[in-house]
Formats: sequence, C-alpha cells, structure tokens
Amino acid sequence: MTTHTSPLKATPPGAAGAGDGAPAARPPRRGRSASPRTHSGWTPWLYLLPALVLLAGLLVYPIYQLGLISFLEYTQAQVSGGEPTTFQGFGNYTTLFNDSQFWQVLLATVVFAAACVVSTLFVGCALAVLLTRVRALPRLALMMAALGAWATPAITGSTVWVFLFDPDFGPVNKVLGLGDFSWTYGRYSAFALVLLEVLWCSFPFVMVTVYAGIRAIPTEVLEAAALDGASQWRIWRTIMAPMLKPILIVVTIQSIIWDFKVFTQIYVMTNGGGIAGQNLVLNVYAYQKAFASSQYSLGSAIGVVMLVILLAVTLVYLRLVRRQGEEL
Amino acid sequence: MRALLRVKRPGRLAAEAAALLIAVAVAFPLYWMVLSAFKPAGEIQSTDARPWTLAPSLDSFRRVFEQQDFGRYFLNSLLVAGTVVILSALVAFLAATAVTRFRFKFRTTLLIMFLVAQMVPVEALTIPLFFLMRDFGQLNTLGSLILPHLAFSLPFAIWMLRGFVKAVPEALEEAAYIDGASRTRFLWQILFPLVFPGLVATSVFSFITTWNDFLFAKSFIISDTSQSTLPMALLVFFKPDENDWGGIMAGSTVMTIPVLVFFVLVQRRLVSGLGGAVKD
Repeated sequence: MTTHTSPLKATPPGAAGAGDGAPAARPPRRGRSASPRTHSGWTPWLYLLPALVLLAGLLVYPIYQLGLISFLEYTQAQVSGGEPTTFQGFGNYTTLFNDSQFWQVLLATVVFAAACVVSTLFVGCALAVLLTRVRALPRLALMMAALGAWATPAITGSTVWVFLFDPDFGPVNKVLGLGDFSWTYGRYSAFALVLLEVLWCSFPFVMVTVYAGIRAIPTEVLEAAALDGASQWRIWRTIMAPMLKPILIVVTIQSIIWDFKVFTQIYVMTNGGGIAGQNLVLNVYAYQKAFASSQYSLGSAIGVVMLVILLAVTLVYLRLVRRQGEEL
Repeated sequence: MRALLRVKRPGRLAAEAAALLIAVAVAFPLYWMVLSAFKPAGEIQSTDARPWTLAPSLDSFRRVFEQQDFGRYFLNSLLVAGTVVILSALVAFLAATAVTRFRFKFRTTLLIMFLVAQMVPVEALTIPLFFLMRDFGQLNTLGSLILPHLAFSLPFAIWMLRGFVKAVPEALEEAAYIDGASRTRFLWQILFPLVFPGLVATSVFSFITTWNDFLFAKSFIISDTSQSTLPMALLVFFKPDENDWGGIMAGSTVMTIPVLVFFVLVQRRLVSGLGGAVKD
C-alpha cells in the first residue's frame, strides 16, 4: 500500500490534477514514438466519453434537479400541470426542520445505521480471524454460507427473515418459546429484526475482504507474535488491525454508506415504515413523502439532507486516505 | 497462515466447531426458504414449524408461475441485469483504461469524482429520475431500469477495474506498439482479455444491484405490469388478510437461485478481485 513509487505520489493533495496534466510531465517511457499517437491527447477523453455522458445525464443532472425541486412548491397539482411551479426558497426546509417527525426519523436513521455498522464490522472481523484459525473444510463451509447470504437479494432476504420470525408460522418464536410475540409490532423489536437481516447480508463483504487482507500479512510476523505467546485479541489489536487499516477504512466507509441508505429491508419487513411510521428511516421517509403523499419537494429536501450527510462522510474518508499518502 | 494453524489442538477444534455452527446458522434462512417453498400448503400454515418435510410438493412454484406471469417478470429481470452487466463492463473498461494508462489534465479530479459518485444515495435520486423518465417517455419501460443502473454501476466498476488494468505491465503495451499494433488493437485484443477476470468480479456487483433493485422497479414501472421485474411480482403474494407464505418463499427461491449460481461461479475471482481493488 505504501510502497508505491509512482511519480504522482509526490503531488500534494491541494494540487490535485494540476501538476500531472502538462504534456511535458508525461513519462517518456510511454513510447510515443513507437506508435501512431498523433492525437494521444484526446484518446483518454474518447475512452471516457461514454462513462461521462451516462454519469452526466443520469447522476449529475438528477442531483441538480433534486436540489432544484427542493426549492420549489412541487405537489401533484404541479406535476399534472394544473398549477404553475413556484419558487419557495428555503420554505420546504423550514417545514421539514420544524417537523418533529423529521428529527425523530433522522435520529432513528443515525442510531440504526450506527448499530448496523458496528455489529457488521465486529462480526465480519471476528469471523475473518476465525477463518484463519480453522482448516480447509470448516473454512469452505463458512465461506459458502456467507457467500449465500451475501448473494441473497435484499428483498428475498427480507421476506425470509420476516417469515422466520413470523408469530404464527415462524420457527424462531417456537424455538425461543415466545408464543405469538409479534416482532414487527413494537418499534425496537422491529428495528432489531431489520438489523439482524442487514447484519446477515452485509457481514460477508467485511469478512471476505478482511480475510483477504489478513492473508496478505507476512506469516513470519504473526508466527513470531504467536511464539511470543500473544493472545489472539492482542495479535489482532497490535498487528492485524494496524496493518489492515487501509482495508478497514474501506469496509467501514462502505458499511456506513450502505447502512445509512437501507431501504428495501425497512420497506418490506416493516411494511413501508412500521406502524404509524415508527420504523421510518430517511430513505423510506423521503419515498413516502414523495410517492405516497405526492409532496415531491419535501421528499427532495429530505434527499438533499441525505446527500449532504453522505458527502460529509465521503470527505472524511478522502482525508483519511490522503493522510496515508495513498496514490489515486 | 500455516503458523496460525499450528495453534493448540483443543483451541483449533473449538474454533472449527464454532465455524461450522456459524455456517449452519448463516445458511439456515436460505434452507428455510427453499424448504418452505417445497412444503405443501397444509404444513406451511401449520403452527408447529418443522424443519423438514416428508411430502415435498411443487404446488407453490406452480401457483407462482401460473398466477402471476412470473416467467415474464423473470425474463424482464434477466434482460435488465444482463444488459447492465455487459454495457457497464465495456464502458467501465474504457474509462478505467483512460484513467490508469494515460496522464492527462483533471485525471486526479476525475478519480475523486468517481469516488464521490459512489457515495451518492441513489435512492434519493428516485424523484428527479422519475420526472426525467417521464419527460423522455421511458416510464413503464425496461429502459427506465437499465439506464439508471448502468450509470450508477459505473463509478464503482471503474474504481475496481483500475487495479486490474494497472496490473498489466506497460512493457507489454510498448512491445505491442513496436510490433505495429494499433491502439485499438492493443485495447481489445491484448488488454481486454488480460483484464477479463477483473471484469467478471466487477460484474458481480452490477448484476446484483440491478437484479435486486426494488425501488426503481417500484417507482418507474407503475402501470404496465408486463414490464415488471421480479421484486414486484413477489410483493403480490403479500396480502393484507393473510400472506401466501408458500408463494412468497417459492418466488424468493426462484429469484435467489440465479444470483447464487452467478456468485458460486465467480466466487474465487471475486475474493481475489476484491483484494486487488481494496489493496490496489
């Protein structure tokens, strides 16, 4: 990770993209004379063209539109053309921020995402370490089971988990002796159920990635530590975790992003956000505002809030990566 | 690794028992899904949930395929996911080549933009995309699902393919040019086959996100159910009075199997590919 010797590495973060563009900086070993590269300056852009067109049309433009709609009065009347759209300024945001339900949903989203991230990372890392301590057969079994959970579509995972915890026909209540206790009735038990499903389908990514990372650690280091009598926890804390830091950053950030955006599980398992919206998270909340009550501008404002939060997470991530001097 | 295997014997046995136990627990929901799909109606709606069945039946599957035009939804899902996978792989391959084999102005800026783009909550874009699709007359078409998924799969695919393209030695490129190969020829006949394993690993992600998509399918296919994809077909079996669990589990099984097959086929490449993308 830190052994790259590319000339780009010296580029300071602030001067991103400025120093490496000049034609003179092109390494001579590119061998321009060896091939007909008369228009080589345009070639990368030609290669990038399809990707950039798609992203501009379907990502950048919709983001602009999202921001725009959040500043407009945009309900069913405007959509059908019955009334002209009017500019609201920050009106939608004021409405949103004065709505106690919004704050409640935001808090629930943050707490739920945090619980998902922490449990996913803990389980994923613990099982990755476990994988290194067992022989091929148990390893294969666990790997295969995890890949199965990983591959399961969110919607079928949700339906299966709801069924497993069904008060009438599910095996879980029967085994635990809970009778006809309904998991989706109470707010916290419903969130707990969704958390279990999210954990089930997202720990494999962490486990597989961290396991791949552990395998890349020189065995001598771990061997020496084990010979010195270090406990597994100590080996993890003082050797593996620091060496795996780049990988851990990646899986943490990916988990934050995924778990902050959970939609399908909440929507399917709690039937659109739970009783009286008790299990709403921002994503589902925005969807319900926009498509169930036709308040497209409020839904867009919620979307902008999500965008800003995730952008902040991304910036933190970029800082962390940059601080490690990693080359892009 | 071998060093770690040399831990004390009871310790290892305990670890292996734990690993097997966890594997069983993790696989159990999938087992229960398939089992319930094959259970006859009487058993599935019975209060003593037995973990086996003595009279497997295909009734639930038959109901799914007959009542709900499921085969059509299945083909739609396959068509959408397949198109996205192929197009995304080609477009991302070109873009990844551009950002790894060339030095040009704004290269680093572009890379950062690709990274930031991965963080965008695409669910939040459902609202503007809905209006975009409406304005272009794409609502209720499979195109309304293909286009956004194609675009959203690109940033991650480009980011991940970078490592694979970078791994191809530059000397190879020079040799090809010296031998008189054109740039296009190098790109498609030399670089593309070498990067192909990486493309497979990447395509797992675009396939899965597209195949699993629920939100766009729900939002953009609103009136023409002949264009529906599998997730929507599944929801039909949820009824306010009583859920048809047999139908739901059979439908879930049908929906899960293609992804599982895809995963098992590419799992080795996936693990090494992920390692490559992460460590880079």
